[in-house]
Formats: sequence, structure tokens, C-alpha cells
Amino acid sequence: MTRAFFLALLSALAAVAALNPGAANAAPVSYTLPDETAVFKPGPNLEVVQNNCTACHSADYINTQPRGPKFKKDFWQAEVTKMIKVYGAPIDDADVGKIVDYLAATY
Amino acid sequence: MLDRREMMKRAGTAALGAAAGLTSVRAFALDTVTLPFDNGERPLVKYPQKRPMIGLTSRPPQLETPFSIFNDGAITPNNAFFVRYHLADVPLDIDPDKFTLEVKGKVDRPLKLSLKEIRKLPAIELVAVNQCSGNSRGFFNPRVAGGQLANGAMGNARWRGVALKTILEKAGVQQGAKQVTFNGMDGPVSDKTPDFVKALDIDHARDGEVMLAFGMNGAELPVLNGFPLRLVVPGYYGTYWVKHLNEITVIDDIFDGFWMKSAYRIPDTPNNSVEPGTAPKATIPINRFTVRSFITNVIDGAKLKPGATKLKGIAFDGGKGIKEVAVSIDGGKTWTAAKLGKDLGKYSFREWTLPVKLAAGSHELKVRATNNAGDTQPMDPLWNPAGYLRNVVETVRVTAA
Repeated sequence: MTRAFFLALLSALAAVAALNPGAANAAPVSYTLPDETAVFKPGPNLEVVQNNCTACHSADYINTQPRGPKFKKDFWQAEVTKMIKVYGAPIDDADVGKIVDYLAATY
Repeated sequence: MLDRREMMKRAGTAALGAAAGLTSVRAFALDTVTLPFDNGERPLVKYPQKRPMIGLTSRPPQLETPFSIFNDGAITPNNAFFVRYHLADVPLDIDPDKFTLEVKGKVDRPLKLSLKEIRKLPAIELVAVNQCSGNSRGFFNPRVAGGQLANGAMGNARWRGVALKTILEKAGVQQGAKQVTFNGMDGPVSDKTPDFVKALDIDHARDGEVMLAFGMNGAELPVLNGFPLRLVVPGYYGTYWVKHLNEITVIDDIFDGFWMKSAYRIPDTPNNSVEPGTAPKATIPINRFTVRSFITNVIDGAKLKPGATKLKGIAFDGGKGIKEVAVSIDGGKTWTAAKLGKDLGKYSFREWTLPVKLAAGSHELKVRATNNAGDTQPMDPLWNPAGYLRNVVETVRVTAA
């Protein structure tokens, strides 16, 4: 048996063991999420937004929201208020306006 | 809850992405797809145990099933099944041998069950659709805040597990019990964020169909679909299908946690809708699916050859079962009953087919299902502020030339 074949056989056996769902002693599962790649668009107060919003969720939560005249300051103010009041986001009072301004100006 | 170091580790790659610019974005996204509403561009992403999926968000992960999958058959493969989390502390290291389900509250015998003990109990199987409450939210007009999904936050699987009734009988539900609450291993990043806990009325919980599933289409649950154990609530929206389920509590009042009392509410009105742009006076918890149907083998804007063609699709409802699927090729003026496919149970997708002849020119194809209770789909969309329950008669515009 060549060394390469031996290694291939070993990894094939390992793959079978890992995938067998009926195994009596199921192996621990370790799952790796892909790297997060969504980023905030450049805009005013970008750093304040990154420091606050990304603690709990990725930037695509914002990027994918509806756009247009109805989705400006009032819309984003309501969203930021929801994050604070409902989800307990620890956002300083001084940052709230900056975050809303960034969101309304950038999205 | 994630500790700060772990949280920064998970968030850190995003900061790197920002510094490195587009290169890392391209390395991650296989391609992009554009969903048919404004701001609908999404990356096609590859996650472990999944085929390329439409990426809605990455932390926590939310993945939508590419719609073409629904044309492949009534069962949605595990590797194409949609993913929806609310909170970013997703359990990534799970040891099935150490997993414990706790059953507590108003029961005579509080339980701590291992996965092996659960698997020894009498198993049941059931084919059922799981659909996100906000499936198709991106099509709402006026648009509403929330996950901007097209029609791919749904799927149909054969679930295998133990009836919740069996577990509750083992624990002995006490007199006066009103509801059962369900909590999973996933949790919030901050302890100020309400943990994701859902509740069902005690009679619903004991109906013999609500299930603790460990199997999905003959395999284990994929990690992102709730491995090693999830709640299956046939006919009900996915919000109740708690993933990574490890805590069941019987209570003698009505659960008032955020995810029941404030979130996932629908207007308490006929059709559970309100005038577009207005707020309901009273709301109730979201519950059973509305009736839906789709054409799956022809996409909007398709160009076909004039003459004979066979239309094909799926229909489902909240558990009465599909009685009839009707198809129109003239924009809703006339309707023809389609032939229903194999009946996999009243909670399943029901496939349908219909041979049609299309003359040269443009055609509006429509499909409308009716269930065994006589409930059907509206010709014009209904509206509610959260963007739930969408079930308008779908239209596919094609040109035969």
C-alpha cells in the first residue's frame, strides 16, 4: 500500500465515521460558520455604528432593509429605539442620534 | 450568552472584511442572486452541510432556499432547507452524548432525558411543511421592516421523533396546566435581550402530532436546522419550531415572554389583515399557515415555445389538507383544476401538474389552492404590519414565442 493510498483510505474512513447518523455513540459536532463579510457602507459616524450595532448582529441586517423616502429618519429611529427598548442594546444616549443620522443618510 | 472574546472572534472577520475591501467578499460569496423586489441583491453562500443558499444575514445566520429546489420534488433536501435564527449565540459545539432535555414546571416527575433515552421512546414520523412567518415579506406593498425574504423560507421534510404527548405523559402534567414553553440552546449575545422562548396551549402540546424531532428525511437534523432535537409543530409557522430544544416547562398561566406577547403577533381581524399602512387595534399570536400554492417549473419572465407545455407546482395549508388546485393561463378569467400528486399527508407540500396549451403571445399564469375547509387564497394581497401570512394568488408572466 502506498503512503498516499493509505492516507486517502484513512481520511475516507474518518469521513464515514463522521457522517454515520445511526452511530450509537454520536461524535461531538463542531460547526464552523463561514466568515462574516457584510460590511457597513461608508458614511458619517460609521465607527459609532460599527461599535454599537455589530455587537449583536451583522451589517446585512441593515443592508437588506427596504429603501426609499418612507425608510429614512423615522424608520431608522424606530429601529434603533426597538434595539434599545426591546432587545436591550446598551447604546449611549449620545450615540443614538449619530446612529440614526448615519442610517438615514446611508441607506 | 456569548462571552465578549467569543463575540469579538465571530465579529472580527467582518472588520477584517472591511479592511481588506472586496477581495474577501468575493471569496465568500459564490455569486449573487437578485430577488424580485427592490434591494433584493443577495450573496449565494456556502455553509457546511448546505448547498449554495441565498444569504439573508450572516450573524446570526439566515439562509433562504433557492426557489428552483421546490421544482425537484415534494420533499426539500436537508442541505437546501432554509435557516432562521433570531439571536447570535448559536450553539456550534454540540456533544449528542452530553445533550440533555429538561422537562419541568407543573409536572409530577421532572425529567432530564438524554438523546439515547429519547430515541428509545416510541417514535412517530410525519411529513410537514415548515415555513417562516415572514416568508415572502419582501413582496409586501407597502414594504415593512424585517427579514426581506422572497418565497424560499419554507421547506417540507419527513420528521422523525417522539410525540411531545409521550414526553408529557412520562412527566405527568399536573391539574391546572395551561401552556407549555420551549427553549433551545441558542441564546442572545446580551443578557438584556429576551431569550427565544415560545409557548403552546397544553391541549395543542398534547395532540400527539407536535413532535420532538431528531430525524429529518432519514438523517440527523443539520446543525443549523436544530441538531440534535427540535420541536415540530405541524401546520404552524416556524416560529414555534424551537431548534436545539433542551428545556420544556409546563406552566399554569399564559406565557408572557417577549416572543409570544409582543413579537409574532397578527391582527385580530377577519383574514388577520388591516388596511395597508395602518396598525391593528388588537393582535393575537401567529398560528396556522394560510393556504398557498406556487408554479415551480416556470419562472416569472420566462420565454416558452408556443403549444403544449406542462405546468407543475406545489400547494400546502395549515393542516386541513389540499382539496383542489386551480390554474389560470389567462390572468384569472378562467380556471382549470390541476391533477394532484401523491398525498404525503395533510401537513405536506402537495404536488400538482396541469398540461396547458399556450398560444403565441404573453400570458399571465396564476395558481390558486383550496383546502378541505374551503379556505383559499386572495386574488389581491392582504397586508399586516409585520409582513406575515402572505398568501396572495401567485402570478407568473410568460411569453410564448
